[in-house]
Amino acid sequence: MKQVNLNEHIWQERRKLVTRRYFFRQCGVGLGALALASLLRDNDLYAASAGNPLAPHAAQFPARAKRVIYLFQAGGPSQLDLFNHCPGLAKYDGQPIPAEIVKDQRYAFIKPDAALFASRFKFARHGRCGAELSEALPHLAEVVDDIAIINSMTTPAFNHAPAQIFMNTGSTVFGRPSMGAWVGYGLGSESQDLPAFVVLSSAGGTSGGSGNWGAGFLPTVYQGVPFRRSGDPILYLTNPPGVTAAMQRRSLDALHQLNQERLDVVGDPEIATRINSFEMAYRMQSSAPELMDLARESKATLEMYGAVPGESSFANNCLLARRLVERGVRFVQLFHEAWDHHSDVTGGIKKECGATDKPCAALIKDLKQRGLLEDTLVIWGGEFGRTPMVETNKEAGRSQGRDHHPQAFSMWLAGGGVKAGLTLGKTDEFGFNIVQDPVPVHDLHATILHLLGFEHTKLTYHFQGRDFRLTDVEGELVPKLLA
Amino acid sequence: MPYLVRLRKLLSWAATAVLGMAACAAAAQLPPAAAGPVDFVRDVQPILAQNCFGCHGAGKHEGQLRWDNKEMALQGGERGPDIIPGRSAESRMIQLVSGLDPDLIMPQKGDRLTAAQIGILRAWIDQGASWPESASVKAVNTRKHWAFLAPVRPPIPPVKDKNWPRNPIDYFVLARLEAEKLRPSPEADRRTLLRRLSLDLTGLPPTIQEINDFVADRSPDASQKQVERLLGSPHYGECWARHWLDVARYADSNGYEKDLSRSIWPYRDWVIDAYNDNMPYDQFAVDQLAGDLLPDPTVADRVATGFLRNSMLNEEGGIDPEQFRNEGIIERMDVLGKSFLGLTVNCCQCHNHKYDPISQKEYYRLFAFLNNDDEPSMEVPDKPTQATREAIAGKIAGLEDKMMAQYPDLPQKMEAWEKEMKAMEETWTVLEPQTYYASVGTKFTKLDDNSLLATGSNPGVSIYTVTARTSLKGITGFRLEALADPNLPSYGPGRADNGNFVLTEFTVEASTGASNKETNRVPLQNATADFSQPDFPVTAAIDGIVTNKTGWAVEDLPGRRNRSRQAVFETKDALGFDGGTALKFTLDHSYGDEHALGRFRISATTAQRPLRADPLSRHARAILSVPREQRAPAQERELFDFYRMTDDRMAEANKMIDDEQRQWPPAPKTLVLTARDHPRPTHIFIRGDWQKPGALVTPGVPFILPPLPKDAPLNRLTLARWLVNKRHPTVARVMVNRIWQQYFGRGLVATAEDFGTQGDAPTHPALLDWLACEFMDSGWDVKHIQRLIADSATYRQSSVISAPALESDPYNQLLARGPRVRVDAEIIRDIALSAGGLLDGKIGGPPVYPPIPDGVLTLGYGSPMPWETKPGDRYRRAMYTFVKRSVPYPSLQVFDAPTGESPCPRRVRSDTPLQALTTLNDPVFVEAAQAMAMRVWEHGGKDDRERLDYAFELCTGRKPLPKETATLSSLLNDEHDFFENRTVRAVQVASPDAKNPPQDVNLEKVAAWTMVSRVLLNLDETITKE
Repeated sequence: MKQVNLNEHIWQERRKLVTRRYFFRQCGVGLGALALASLLRDNDLYAASAGNPLAPHAAQFPARAKRVIYLFQAGGPSQLDLFNHCPGLAKYDGQPIPAEIVKDQRYAFIKPDAALFASRFKFARHGRCGAELSEALPHLAEVVDDIAIINSMTTPAFNHAPAQIFMNTGSTVFGRPSMGAWVGYGLGSESQDLPAFVVLSSAGGTSGGSGNWGAGFLPTVYQGVPFRRSGDPILYLTNPPGVTAAMQRRSLDALHQLNQERLDVVGDPEIATRINSFEMAYRMQSSAPELMDLARESKATLEMYGAVPGESSFANNCLLARRLVERGVRFVQLFHEAWDHHSDVTGGIKKECGATDKPCAALIKDLKQRGLLEDTLVIWGGEFGRTPMVETNKEAGRSQGRDHHPQAFSMWLAGGGVKAGLTLGKTDEFGFNIVQDPVPVHDLHATILHLLGFEHTKLTYHFQGRDFRLTDVEGELVPKLLA
Repeated sequence: MPYLVRLRKLLSWAATAVLGMAACAAAAQLPPAAAGPVDFVRDVQPILAQNCFGCHGAGKHEGQLRWDNKEMALQGGERGPDIIPGRSAESRMIQLVSGLDPDLIMPQKGDRLTAAQIGILRAWIDQGASWPESASVKAVNTRKHWAFLAPVRPPIPPVKDKNWPRNPIDYFVLARLEAEKLRPSPEADRRTLLRRLSLDLTGLPPTIQEINDFVADRSPDASQKQVERLLGSPHYGECWARHWLDVARYADSNGYEKDLSRSIWPYRDWVIDAYNDNMPYDQFAVDQLAGDLLPDPTVADRVATGFLRNSMLNEEGGIDPEQFRNEGIIERMDVLGKSFLGLTVNCCQCHNHKYDPISQKEYYRLFAFLNNDDEPSMEVPDKPTQATREAIAGKIAGLEDKMMAQYPDLPQKMEAWEKEMKAMEETWTVLEPQTYYASVGTKFTKLDDNSLLATGSNPGVSIYTVTARTSLKGITGFRLEALADPNLPSYGPGRADNGNFVLTEFTVEASTGASNKETNRVPLQNATADFSQPDFPVTAAIDGIVTNKTGWAVEDLPGRRNRSRQAVFETKDALGFDGGTALKFTLDHSYGDEHALGRFRISATTAQRPLRADPLSRHARAILSVPREQRAPAQERELFDFYRMTDDRMAEANKMIDDEQRQWPPAPKTLVLTARDHPRPTHIFIRGDWQKPGALVTPGVPFILPPLPKDAPLNRLTLARWLVNKRHPTVARVMVNRIWQQYFGRGLVATAEDFGTQGDAPTHPALLDWLACEFMDSGWDVKHIQRLIADSATYRQSSVISAPALESDPYNQLLARGPRVRVDAEIIRDIALSAGGLLDGKIGGPPVYPPIPDGVLTLGYGSPMPWETKPGDRYRRAMYTFVKRSVPYPSLQVFDAPTGESPCPRRVRSDTPLQALTTLNDPVFVEAAQAMAMRVWEHGGKDDRERLDYAFELCTGRKPLPKETATLSSLLNDEHDFFENRTVRAVQVASPDAKNPPQDVNLEKVAAWTMVSRVLLNLDETITKE
């Protein structure tokens, strides 16, 4: 009895401690009060053991979105061949872009006097909203009334690694927490047997590397967990050769018992946290394989996504993303590194849309039919766009491509409180500069956090003498994007 | 702003300093002081408020100056006092508002002060500058922040319990505890203490033998002996190097998208050696920041400069290399701030520091110290290699001596040769490149000598195009110089890893320049070079075949590579149009594997054909003009080296020399810094944007810190020596605090990276200062500080936490108990391997590639890097695992090891289910459990009881308690029952290689012990320092 009381006492202390540490100091008082309430409400040992910084907690204000699926299209998809219809391009196809537009802009590969290059895709209006889409996106056209297209995204970074890091962390400097980490830090996790932030990848490895889903200076518990394409989805999920689940349980029982005995002697609440970690690991060992088993999906669902159980593809990842959010995972990020079309942009777009268009649309439909779309925010986009000018370089074997273009590019959002059917922003007739409703990356971040129930300036973490946040020192809400 | 104007602005700073001297003369120009008494509040403050507060008030404090706060106003800004009470004519304030210096007139914005206003200010100053306290805005004077004042050794405080303290540290700690009416915890038992000491000092658990020895040692200095033993262990250097490498953001790859491998491990080994040799910390700092600038730097001194080279390098195609060079310097500023200064200087990249008294200009003045370097990689031969090289050089010199003595006619022959050489010197006109670009990726920097340096992305195959104009007529040939450069791999002149290139084709087109498109190919002939690699003759560069593998390359015998070379191509017909000629050169590098030119320059000549590439190096040619009798022997030998190749009698001997040269052994390379001869100008970047350079700045240090010594050269060496000056307020404190942090899991200042006004206040300020002073006074003796801490009663306390203690002091800030901290990622792995008896204790050397799970490397961009586990790599200490920035090693990252992408002065310590999965199921931990089981079964004792004790002790350093024994016995029995008659499964569990299980052992038993060992390796206590 005495021992139980000691544990109870330790947990209570721990709860106070963690509350103070994670919430009052680092999330601001408003969140702290709510978080404390949520902790006290929940009498589940796991959540209340407070050593768990991923315990679910409420946002700062009622949220439109509870979870995020971010379909990161790495490499820089050509907005001019997908979303931003620029008749001026067709009109001046093959002619040099007017010098006054280019001015002193820098390029990665091309020279500023390169010729304009009209899209080889036809554009048409779709849905009740009448949004324009290129013929490369026939499936997205079916759900166009559920998405909001932004044709006026802009970023300061024009090389892949810094631009990806910027899009994902709000800084071109490595070492900052990623968006998924911030969301996990702000909201915790609703899953008790899966990570709060899961990363799925198809096509190539990303330019930004693990910094794209890193925790930066936040505790490591918030970093994205990359699921593997084959074998165990989570590293070291499978028991060693010859060790069955029952044997694992026996080992964990002994381990639990021994750790508990040590806790009784030394009184360090960190031990309680570790006991919980092992228990969650054990649950993960059974829940993750079940999660990954796409064969449990109906044939119709598999067909809708174009998913094939046992394969590794963007389609499978989209379906997995739905399964993950169904199981309470807070932030799922897909990386499809395949859009860096310096040559043959038309062929490249056809190929990648072939791999991604159908599953993206299927994800929207599927979330919608399951009632998940209204509080799941779906984000589609890359780190920058591509030039209205052609990239041709005989010596490098490049022709009919497009170079990096940070000045204006396109993304789309869906669900989670986003104004469906909207097309936001306008560029000049060449698609070079934004002329209406620019959305800098930090503004997008502020808006995403708003949809999740956070005032972006108040989701902060004190580090190195100041309060850091996803939006750094910038960011303004884009009210037009809100439903 | 034109350069000259900027320079004048800059110089005006210096000018204001001498204004004082000219003040008497200038006083005549000043408006006269107002007559009659002035009142500060009525007369002066309104002038200040209206004209000065905008830039020097509550919002902005330009120049670190405030005119709204009495104390700070009278103290002056970063240029010193602006007011000398009683002497208005000499006060800088008056001089500046009066416009004595046309380049710096205050206020800089808005209307000039009227003569009457200046007269009031003068009168106020002349009358003593009285300023009532009530008229001063309340403001925290951040200049008086504790960390900006140099530490002064505090007296040892008195304590009541005189028996407890073992050394001065304990007096400070106990005094605080007694003030809080708390008692220290009892001393930890010997087993706990030894494990704690071993993990802290070497990162390895104690062996059972070491534990037994210590437990049995009844001598009064038993524990001091252990501290000495551990400080003398070569693993001490490894363990503490790892902490420093966190701050130094050490990694074995370049970072960013390409994240290619780099060789900088000799720097890592230098840090290990520095700790093991107990290098004084001042020298440790100076070597790393400026080892190359020391008088007669050793190889080790230069290797140390890898500290700054640890910054990331972007080789992505399509970058502007200058952008990322600047970002590299910004990153070096960050590491300077976090490692030595303990200040968040990087806040000032875009603007003045919001909280600490550091301005943006001061940031860029510090930046200017770091902005002047070349970035070579240097060969680091180990001792045997160096000895072999010296022996070869000696043999060659011997052969040369013999040759020089052998022929009596040598002086005459050489003189004739020299004449011939002098005669063949031709006049070359260097062509200034007008446009220059590469087919893909590569960007060029045009240098002062009109050569082009290739930087940025390094594609496999590359075609360079260079255009130039010339007014020469009758051009008979072109010269292509391939120039060695410290910024190229192996010093170049090519961009391949070994500094070679293959010029597969060199073509020239010419036109009048009237039309862009009309050019004529210029036929070339008679290609010569001062050196061509066998099978890669210079003639192949004009063989008319572009896309092939033939061309001009320059790899000579080892030890003779990486020198500037040149090729000369004759034009078939004299070339040159009236009114000038536009030239277009194409340099084709189709060989592949990055074999492109790194730095090159093109010249033209009108000299008479035949033309021939100068066989002499530029250096040797300079010797020619030194009269023979004035030449040093080395100069004579250098010329002889060229001569002997032309004398047929010496062919045999030349071959012998070449044969010796072929034996020249290779050596690993490491990244270092070398100072440039001509410093780069450094500008303030407006809002931190390198594309918006503002005012030019000279190197300097923040005024809040001690000044630089007068007349010292403004270079990195001066900066480094200034840092470890005893008056420096933060450097010693920052280091002793980080040492403390490793022992207690938390520094006396919790924010180890930030001692500024926003950092945490020290829990024991007097102790921090005492340690800092002790550190400096001991000659920056790191082991001395280690001894003091490791032997203190404070450190030796038990870490058992009572519930009230947890409530009153959850973070152990008062130090009423010992540290209990989960060990670092690397140590977790090292502990498991130690328990299994698998750990390979070899120290240093190239990074290793222990097995990595499938699919991990594919998360990196491009094709996965080769990752081959060589024999001997598998069980090395974790700190030697190849650190790939974009793809961290999973089992280290999961336990919070830093990625090397930014400096990490303190690690976070998380606790996650993924960690549990790693220690349960990662094959290396399973192998450790299997090896441990075998060890326990064979050497653990005569029965299971003894074996359990042994196994428990291998993991935790102590014997199990009865309850623990009961739990483990029960598990052992269950597992044993389970494996009985399940031989196949037993083999699977117990043997790392199920196909070749160990013979002559009871594998069912070992399998049961493997399960028990695995549990023990996963205990919280096993991976915790108690």
